[in-house]
Amino acid sequence: MISAQAYGENGKMKEYHYTGPVEHKFSPYAFNGGTVLAVAGEDFAIVASDTRLSEGYSIHSRDSPKCYKLTDTTVLGCSGFHGDCLTLTKIIDARLKMYKHSNNKTMTSGAIAAMLSTILYGRRFFPYYVYNIIGGLDEEGRGAVYSFDPVGSYQRDTYKAGGSASAMLQPLLDNQIGFKNMENVEEVPLTLEKAVQLVKDVFISAAERDVYTGDALKICIITKEGIREEIVPLRKD
Amino acid sequence: MALSCVLEPALSGFNFENSTRNIVLENGSEEGKIKAPKPMKTGTTIAGVVYKDGVVLGADTRATSDEVVADKMCAKIHYIAPNIYCCGAGTAADTEKTTEILSSNLTIFSMNSGRNPRVVMAVNILQDMLFRYRGMIGAHLILGGVDCTGSHLYTVGPYGSMDKVPYLAMGSGNLPAMGILEDRFKANMDLEEAKSLVSDAIHAGIMSDLGSGNNIDLCVITKEGVDYIRPHKESPFNYKRQAKYKYKPGTTPVLTKTVTQVELELLDETVQMMETAGSS
Repeated sequence: MISAQAYGENGKMKEYHYTGPVEHKFSPYAFNGGTVLAVAGEDFAIVASDTRLSEGYSIHSRDSPKCYKLTDTTVLGCSGFHGDCLTLTKIIDARLKMYKHSNNKTMTSGAIAAMLSTILYGRRFFPYYVYNIIGGLDEEGRGAVYSFDPVGSYQRDTYKAGGSASAMLQPLLDNQIGFKNMENVEEVPLTLEKAVQLVKDVFISAAERDVYTGDALKICIITKEGIREEIVPLRKD
Repeated sequence: MALSCVLEPALSGFNFENSTRNIVLENGSEEGKIKAPKPMKTGTTIAGVVYKDGVVLGADTRATSDEVVADKMCAKIHYIAPNIYCCGAGTAADTEKTTEILSSNLTIFSMNSGRNPRVVMAVNILQDMLFRYRGMIGAHLILGGVDCTGSHLYTVGPYGSMDKVPYLAMGSGNLPAMGILEDRFKANMDLEEAKSLVSDAIHAGIMSDLGSGNNIDLCVITKEGVDYIRPHKESPFNYKRQAKYKYKPGTTPVLTKTVTQVELELLDETVQMMETAGSS
């Protein structure tokens, strides 16, 4: 049906004037939510993420975990824009295979971290909108956590939270694992059981107050025996 | 007339004196831009249904400030009159204050005329006020009540629009809630059916919308009275934390301690006898 707006008063089609270039807003990015957490211990590492994929006020999926297994000793957690997370993990998988075929050995956690940094900086002027955290075991079998920003700056940490509820989790981890802002406390080294318990508890708190975090929690526990997975339900509302 | 003595419209609407200053601050000087604080929205699911004997209103209880849950047990069903209640979505402060102003005005009217206010009166006052403020008051309201003319359910939008319908949903979760209402609504339902329909509609909003959550509140209004059920259904998600996070005394470092004596002077002393039950 032709709208009446196209016709002027005398029945003829209205003339359109070109008023100059018009800016149309298109953003190549979207924010799909999700929170990732990694903790390194004496001989283990834990990478945990929630499984909710959202956009705006809607939920796309309740079962979209953000931990990706790279090798037998390394897990990558990425949250942010889901499209870039998928592409980035595909690229990393391909690079790991290439390394394995040319060097006849699996990449170590430290090497993967360094490689990821160059991959991210390669896109400095159209970044991957992804917050990455790598958790794994280093060459000596000790736990290692590497945290990244979207353009490749990284450092080795003991624990790090990333994603939408990171600002809520990081201070709690600073206090409970790093013993910050406390006096007269016995600084016991972190055991695997205590770390898993802490991760579950902090995610329960994050799901209470952050709308983008919830549904379920997937925990990947990396030890020299291999990678074990645990799924724990979280708030669905 | 009664209405004109109740309402005293304000001489000016919003005060826009600071708007040029705010634009300058937001665009920034050399030091940096300053963003204006954002008002808290309720990001809600609210619904209402007219049934055989009256009206059932329902709401969730989550208030969000952008992506953070600010209040997990906020009350979104507001009292207007003994026979009229109002659910509010949109900016939290606006729905709260608008309904309070409306309630005060209707109380004055009741005292002046000796009558219970009619729902259509409340709707007219709201429309008048919201239209006068040109949509600047972000209040999306569902009004329900029972008066001498019957049971009524109205919706009033922030620009002053109004709609009278037998079933309604508003807020960011209105699409999933409306889906449930469109599927199962029938005219002249009985009480249990109506309560379960509204409760399921709010539940759909809570599960599908990130801005709604936690518990479900219901309000049943009939000719006989009001049943304000808060909460009707509590959120089934209460996962207990596995460890206790308690801090022993002495955990927080005390850096300095100063004790200041306050010199008090006795000026006057009076003794008053109290009437106790045993005295004659």
